[in-house]
Amino acid sequence: MSGLLQEMTEKALALNIPLSVQLDLTYRCNERCVHCYLDHDDHGEMTTEEIKHLLDEMAAAGVFILTLSGGEIFVRKDFFEILEYARQRTFCVKLKTNAILIGEAEAARIRDLGVESIQISIYSHRPEVHDGITLVRGSLERSLDAIRFLKSQGLRVVIANVLMIQNVQDYAGVRSLAEELGVESTLDPTITPMMDGNRSVLSLSVDQSALQQVFRDTGLVGNVDEFCAVAAPADESALSSLPCSASHTTCYVSPYGDVFPCVQFPLPTGNVRKQRFLDIWRYSDQMNEVRSIRIKDLTTCTQCSHVSNCSRCPGLAFMEGNMRGPSTQDCEKSFARTGVPSANMLSKRRAAANLVQIRALPALASASA
Amino acid sequence: MSRLFVARNPRVAARCLDGEMMIMSGRDSTLFTLNRTATILWQAADGTTPLDEIVQSKICPEFDVEPAEALHDAETLARELASHEILQISEEPIAPATALAGESR
Repeated sequence: MSGLLQEMTEKALALNIPLSVQLDLTYRCNERCVHCYLDHDDHGEMTTEEIKHLLDEMAAAGVFILTLSGGEIFVRKDFFEILEYARQRTFCVKLKTNAILIGEAEAARIRDLGVESIQISIYSHRPEVHDGITLVRGSLERSLDAIRFLKSQGLRVVIANVLMIQNVQDYAGVRSLAEELGVESTLDPTITPMMDGNRSVLSLSVDQSALQQVFRDTGLVGNVDEFCAVAAPADESALSSLPCSASHTTCYVSPYGDVFPCVQFPLPTGNVRKQRFLDIWRYSDQMNEVRSIRIKDLTTCTQCSHVSNCSRCPGLAFMEGNMRGPSTQDCEKSFARTGVPSANMLSKRRAAANLVQIRALPALASASA
Repeated sequence: MSRLFVARNPRVAARCLDGEMMIMSGRDSTLFTLNRTATILWQAADGTTPLDEIVQSKICPEFDVEPAEALHDAETLARELASHEILQISEEPIAPATALAGESR
């Protein structure tokens, strides 16, 4: 984050302004990614007019960075009408898309509308792997064509890769592909549980050895010794800090108007069809509960050696059952990074060791012999 | 001397936080914040009101400054903002179709 953006974020925090919002325009999608956390049926998306009204409210509330995502945003026939309206309200607009519906004309329109960046999901440099994840034949080729169209318009493109069992060997290939295309790339080893709480997709998560390999890749993390070092003990300042920006300067709005602290934190806080966006942001009990939490309030994590530099996600912790508890996926990342088990992992090991062992009764064993 | 017209560049992103205007360049995503004078200029830059009128009606009432001096400073400021592609400047009115709707908070 640039110094000035950091400064403005701190100002937004002090003024209780939602500086950055992700708005999902639809959950419908033209791909069927095996790790996706969404239900793709339309259960009553906001209309064009409802979204425009919301954008007016967001602009008045001080939202500056607006990320339009989905589902696949380009399946909405009114997408460009919404985008144009958002830019007229001078939002800094970022797009998240699979890009397979972006041709030369769409790329030119995106350029004309002054979009800040376009994040595109690419899971592998190999069609059989990428298309095997999206379950759409030819999707890699179409997404790459779109990246070339967007680049030719001078737009900033970021490739987003989610690491999972299917593509664990391919992240270096994706990075090389990004370099070849002249675009940035990111890698995320986190699989998100389904919005309805179903955790079955987590079986696609990569194992410890793959995480260790990623965290020791200088191309990704820079100085490995520094990145993998165990954190210094948390001081009072660290314990008083915020767990993340959710509910503080950022939030998420679903295609149905539900407002959540973050896209990865499915705690309903209100609905913009029934309440003003700013009222939900300021006065929702749920939003204010999340807002009240400091690191020192975390039940297990305050006892953990990783507490001052853990990537703990409050939303993932919430999905495990306790927004003040640990996020096991991040415990596993801290362990892979440093080799030191988290307090949560040690606690689970102790609990497992205390389980009563089930053995055959001696009398029955001898009777059957 | 010809009159100068100024318009907000439609490619930038902008938001006013507690009186401080935050602008992101459409060219390279560089972030700027505008001081009070630049914020007034930005908000009044509709492409059709000449700069001298903006200075007279919006800037002079806010600051204790001579109109000629204020206009000179405003022209310098407008050219600087134009060099960062934050404002468009022209000696002719700038078509409203290319200027963004105003916003404030």
